[in-house]
Amino acid sequence: MALTKADMAEKLFDELGLNKREAKELVELFFEEIRVALENGRQVKLSGFGNFDLREKNERPGRNPKTGEEIPISARRVVTFRSGQKLKAKVEAYAGSEP
Amino acid sequence: MTKSELVEILATKNSHLNHKDVELAVKSLLDQMSHALASGQRIEIRGFGSFSLHYRPPRIGRNPKTGESVALAAKYVPHFKPGKELRERVNNSFQRERERETA
Repeated sequence: MALTKADMAEKLFDELGLNKREAKELVELFFEEIRVALENGRQVKLSGFGNFDLREKNERPGRNPKTGEEIPISARRVVTFRSGQKLKAKVEAYAGSEP
Repeated sequence: MTKSELVEILATKNSHLNHKDVELAVKSLLDQMSHALASGQRIEIRGFGSFSLHYRPPRIGRNPKTGESVALAAKYVPHFKPGKELRERVNNSFQRERERETA
C-alpha cells in the first residue's frame, strides 16, 4: 500500500495533535506550495530529502506510438527530482524484494 | 525555495498554528516520506506525483583515484514521476514566459 496524503494527515493528527481538518489542510498546502514554487520557475531544496529541479527541453522529433505518425514534441519545462545523500543512503539499505 | 522558506510560507498562511508546530509538521511529512521509501513503500500524491524505488543491478565499479576495480552491490534508488497537474502547471507557465519573450 502506497503512502497517501490521508496517511500523512493522520500522522500529523496523532503526533502533533493538530485537528483533522488542520492536518489535512496543512498536507494539502505543503504540496501546493512546492507546486507553486516550481510553477514560478523556482527550484525547491528540501535538505535531507532532495531537490526538485527544473529542466528545459528543446523540441525533438516524436512519434504517435499507435499510428506511427511523426509529430514533433514541443519545447517544454519539466520537473526532475534528485534525492539527497541522506535519503539515498536510507533507500540503498532497503533489501526487500523488488518493489 | 528551501525547507525553511517553505515553513515560513506555511506558517504565514496558517496563522492559527504556531510556528513551531508548522516546523514540526514539515519535518514529520519529510520523515514520513523518507521512511516510506526506505521500507520499500511507494508514495502517491494525486496531482503532484509519485515516488517509487528503482532497482540498480550489481556492477563492477572503479575507484577513480587508483583505477582499482570494486564490486558494487545491487541497490535501490528513489525515483519521482511528476503528476499530470504538476507537469501541466510547470509547462504552462514556461509557455507563457516564452510567449511574452517573443511578443
